[in-house]
Amino acid sequence: MAVAKQALDTAGLSEQQLREMHYKMALGRSLSARQRVLQRMGKGPITYSGEGHEAAQVGTAYALRPGHDWVFPYYRDIAVALTLGLTPRDVLMSFFARRDDVNSGGRNMPSHFSHPQLRIVSEGAPVATQCPHAVGCALAAKLRGLDEVSVAYFGDGGTSPGDTHEAMNFAGVLKVPVIFVCEFNSYAISVPWRKQAAVENVAVRAQGYGFPGLTVDGNDVLAVYRAMKEAVERARAGAGATFLEAKTYRLVPHSSDDDDRRYRTREEVEDWSQRDPIGRFTRQLKELGVLDEVREKETAARVEAEVDDATNYPEAAAQPEAASALRHVFVEA
Amino acid sequence: MAEKTMIEAVRDAMYEEMKRDDRIIVMGEDVGEGGVFRATEGLLKEFGPERCMDTPLAEAAIVGVAIGASLNGILPIAEIQFADFIHPAFDQIVSEAARLHYRSNGTWSCPITIRTPYGAGVHGGPYHSQSIEAFYAHVPGLKVICVATPYEAKGLLKSAIRDPNPVLFLEHKKAYRLMRQEVPDEDYTIPIGVAEVKREGTDLTLVTYGMMTHHSLKAAEAVQQEGGLSVEVIDLRSVSPWDKERVLESVKKTGKALIVYEDNITGGFGAEVAATIAQDAFEYLDGPVTRVASPDVPISPYSGVLEEYILPNPEKIAAAIKKLAAY
Repeated sequence: MAVAKQALDTAGLSEQQLREMHYKMALGRSLSARQRVLQRMGKGPITYSGEGHEAAQVGTAYALRPGHDWVFPYYRDIAVALTLGLTPRDVLMSFFARRDDVNSGGRNMPSHFSHPQLRIVSEGAPVATQCPHAVGCALAAKLRGLDEVSVAYFGDGGTSPGDTHEAMNFAGVLKVPVIFVCEFNSYAISVPWRKQAAVENVAVRAQGYGFPGLTVDGNDVLAVYRAMKEAVERARAGAGATFLEAKTYRLVPHSSDDDDRRYRTREEVEDWSQRDPIGRFTRQLKELGVLDEVREKETAARVEAEVDDATNYPEAAAQPEAASALRHVFVEA
Repeated sequence: MAEKTMIEAVRDAMYEEMKRDDRIIVMGEDVGEGGVFRATEGLLKEFGPERCMDTPLAEAAIVGVAIGASLNGILPIAEIQFADFIHPAFDQIVSEAARLHYRSNGTWSCPITIRTPYGAGVHGGPYHSQSIEAFYAHVPGLKVICVATPYEAKGLLKSAIRDPNPVLFLEHKKAYRLMRQEVPDEDYTIPIGVAEVKREGTDLTLVTYGMMTHHSLKAAEAVQQEGGLSVEVIDLRSVSPWDKERVLESVKKTGKALIVYEDNITGGFGAEVAATIAQDAFEYLDGPVTRVASPDVPISPYSGVLEEYILPNPEKIAAAIKKLAAY
């Protein structure tokens, strides 16, 4: 046990920070699961889940400065958003499409995160259109002499569209402070990676665009954090872009409309469940003595209370005014 | 006040705006060396490579990177070398630039200008001749301007750059050096969405924009000389938003509407003008709302013979005026 303690590189994170990361992972998991339940109850038309991706998401987001660095997420990034400061209420206000939903006022689908003050940039749904935005945002920071880093998140399917390739090429040429984070879960809905690309580790592509690409165990939150921290430091120091591929697994179907039994065996899902990033981090923290049974239960209770509160809060919140659908096509004078 | 070509007016507008506001940058292919039409000539020397930025040859990213920069305090003018090559950027323009403000409930906005030369009549073949305004006029959240004169190019480009919304600024390439016109040295803007009556008349309203404004004015002059017909020529100048009120006011006065555009006739922007007139000025009409446009073939063939056959010109427009006037 003592050997394991010494071997675990916590990258200078304090015990409190380690516990906070663990809490954010648990919160992301629980909030995704709650939305799936609510959708089954008929409370909303659709959900997208981040379950299984928590190490990749919290590990990367925790290396950023919330409200200072810029994040261009995709629909699975619930734990990225929560780590940066989006609240569970903010997430479920979007699920219930309420007027005061900070993400979109009920205009975008759930899990299309946005929060201007936190610099979480509104998401579209076309895959990877956000990649050139992150590069442009990073270009602006460079032109303005700011030490802000921009991060584009996408899945393994998101490595195929031209926008991603063009964005990576621009990033290399312009040498801007941008990080491409690929949450690699082996599937683009039903299409497995071998049908998506002919390379095993997509991070090798970065070399062709003139910057480093790293592949990390995306279920090891500390490994992800260490790699991201290094990429952020590189970016802030003016050394340019990094591509970070975090190998992980989506533990549930793509969306509430998807049936993953058609394309994945239960054995495969069960195998990955055994490698659950939250369970793994829990064990690591216990080994380190950072977490014990009491604290674990406290975290679980806190998460449950916050998710319950977030579920109840929108029930009484106002719906959008119908005629407001005509507003905000253009910037209002 | 000096006489300028349209390309000079475009360049002056960018130069003056970049002098006025150091958040403005120009980015695109070959802009550093002045661009294929020389619109950005001198900008690199004056403002340096960070504000007059050559980019890789990838239109989707030119627009996408501009969008991203606009979120973080930069006001990009993205140049697409020819409108025919803007199609890879359709997704970025339509799904992202035009939708960002709406989908975020007004919390994010995208103040970019996309400039591009468009239009036929220069032996550009099927890929240096296209009119693309109808695709984009269909999209809420995006402003679309079509210019073909020096004075308007400068005043409207300044408005586009200062607009807090994404603006697609279409410069008719045949008009770049077609004429010289007095253009004020001092700062001025022309509001987006306001049409200009280029010739007053009483017998018939001719609604047009872009290069067809020049052809229509020639046609109007010819029919006046020939048979005394009085044609009111309205240049829309922007197709989104477009000046419905001015058009309807004129049609209600003349009772006849001819719409002239260079694009293919089916689904071209003139179809929207025609539908609006038919719906909102029906009781005033004294003849069929009529369109002169290019036939539904890819615009345009390279051969001068073929191109001339396809495109509207003053003679074709004059013939349509006479036919409608006689109705």
